[in-house]
Amino acid sequence: MRLNERSQMPLLAGITLRYALTYAALMLLGALFLIPFLWMLSVSLQDAQGMFALPFRWIPDRPRWENYGTALSAIPFGRYLFNTSVITASVLALTLFSCTLVAYGFARLRFPGRDMLFAVCIATMMLPGQVTMIPLYMAYARLGWVDTYLPLIVPSLFGSPFYIFLLRQFFLTIPREYDEAALLDGAGRLRIYWSIVLPLARPAVATVTLFCFIGTWNDFFGPLIYLNSPEKATLTLGLNMLKSQVIGSGSVQWHILMAASVLVMLPNIIVFFIAQKQFIRGIQIGGLRG
Amino acid sequence: MRRTLEGYLFVSPWLAGFILLTAGPMIASLYISGTSWTMLSPPVWVGTQNYARLLGDDQRFGLSLMNTLTYVALAVPIGLAVSLLIALLLNRRVPGRGLFRTLFFLPSITNLVAVSLLWMWVLNPEYGLLNGALRMAGIDGPLWFQSEQWAKPALVLMSLWGTGGTMIVFLAALQGIPGELYEAAELDGAGTLGKFVHITLPMISPAFLFNLIVGIIGCSQVFTQAYVMTGSAQPGTEGGPNNATLFVVLYLYKKAFQEFSMGYAASIAWVLFFLILVATVLQMKLARRWVFYEAEQQ
Repeated sequence: MRLNERSQMPLLAGITLRYALTYAALMLLGALFLIPFLWMLSVSLQDAQGMFALPFRWIPDRPRWENYGTALSAIPFGRYLFNTSVITASVLALTLFSCTLVAYGFARLRFPGRDMLFAVCIATMMLPGQVTMIPLYMAYARLGWVDTYLPLIVPSLFGSPFYIFLLRQFFLTIPREYDEAALLDGAGRLRIYWSIVLPLARPAVATVTLFCFIGTWNDFFGPLIYLNSPEKATLTLGLNMLKSQVIGSGSVQWHILMAASVLVMLPNIIVFFIAQKQFIRGIQIGGLRG
Repeated sequence: MRRTLEGYLFVSPWLAGFILLTAGPMIASLYISGTSWTMLSPPVWVGTQNYARLLGDDQRFGLSLMNTLTYVALAVPIGLAVSLLIALLLNRRVPGRGLFRTLFFLPSITNLVAVSLLWMWVLNPEYGLLNGALRMAGIDGPLWFQSEQWAKPALVLMSLWGTGGTMIVFLAALQGIPGELYEAAELDGAGTLGKFVHITLPMISPAFLFNLIVGIIGCSQVFTQAYVMTGSAQPGTEGGPNNATLFVVLYLYKKAFQEFSMGYAASIAWVLFFLILVATVLQMKLARRWVFYEAEQQ
């Protein structure tokens, strides 16, 4: 008994020290990750002089919440919010429709060339978008689609390799017996896909929904090259236009730009806090089995 | 026969997309890269002239290639090291680690333009957060985006803030290591370092390879940050002081959408694709020497 106690004391002390060190490191790194967010919030609430004060005062005497009002009117915020929502909702609906169908085909049906086609699908994930961007832009220009939302929305009708891959991996974990039993009962493939596999695959569908939401909502390059009219811009594009005003004419200032940035980030942060688990699972599927 | 038809019907959206949005445009892109085409006048076939100019005479392209390589060489290894360190810390069973995980992951999914604007101000030489902190420590901070030497390190610094996705992949791999392995090693008298070198590193090597490849592909296409953060309000000035942040994709964008040299831009895309392909294949070949796949050993 005494011997036991003695041998455990240094061990416990060692574990406590390791905990303390881990915590100290996590706190330090955590602070480095958190501070930029807090700083942004602080700058967004300063008055025009406060943000140039040296040394900087983190908590202003009077937080200027009206900066957010100024930011909202500096760009047609409501209009951009609406545009972004229209694009995101359309892309989401089409992506979910096409990717689940294709993933089901790759996961469940046997047909000649299936594995080769799936390998091609995976390989296209590595193709840099710049290679196809120029001919696609020229084709859309010829169709008269430039400065419309069509180039941003229509491609999602054809699915996206990464989401197809994620969904297929998940479909493979659903026991085949469910399909086979339903087939024996005379159900068609579409019915099995719709009423058996899709409901069971809800977690994977949720993951794809989130990735797709974040990707489309935050997309910059697509809107940048396809949308020209200011009134058609998305939030991300609008924020960049506001930046040009800040560093160009100086009619708008940095604290207003920071307030606008907070507003643009907010939907991301909210969605992330609601659905963190789906994000993490998605990355794990993509990273580990990939 | 019916099953075959069914199969093709299910995958037909992707198949159609592959033909219309990938294979077709790739062939078209290859053709365009052999022309001089401004979209206003019909294309003129110039053969390999674009490539010859690109690889021979175009100093700005050479510079953009060097800038991109430098950025990849800095951002990828440092990013891997930092995200592995964070993942190792989060892998310890300490209370509250969920909260930390959220915090480390959050920046990586936020709007990149908003993040870029935030970092423009964080790295403002006079009023920025970082130089303010350095000043308190008695150090004169660099000019960051206003200086040729510090513009790329500034972008690397910002990229570390968005390293959450890489970290999550490492964390998942770490959590997949069976505890028995460590217990067995402890019985054999392995210390902390020994366990890390002989168990942790081999077991996470597939995740390491994945993060490495994804990191190289991602970083070599860096665009948004450079477009938003460097340059004045006038279009065309993006690329930073003395072109220090003129990256390949930014150069391609300028050629295609500011100068409308579509043929030339297409040839830039192909050179970039070729380089990414070579880097990826090389990584996969080299990986046979250092990546440990459990299934193969059993």
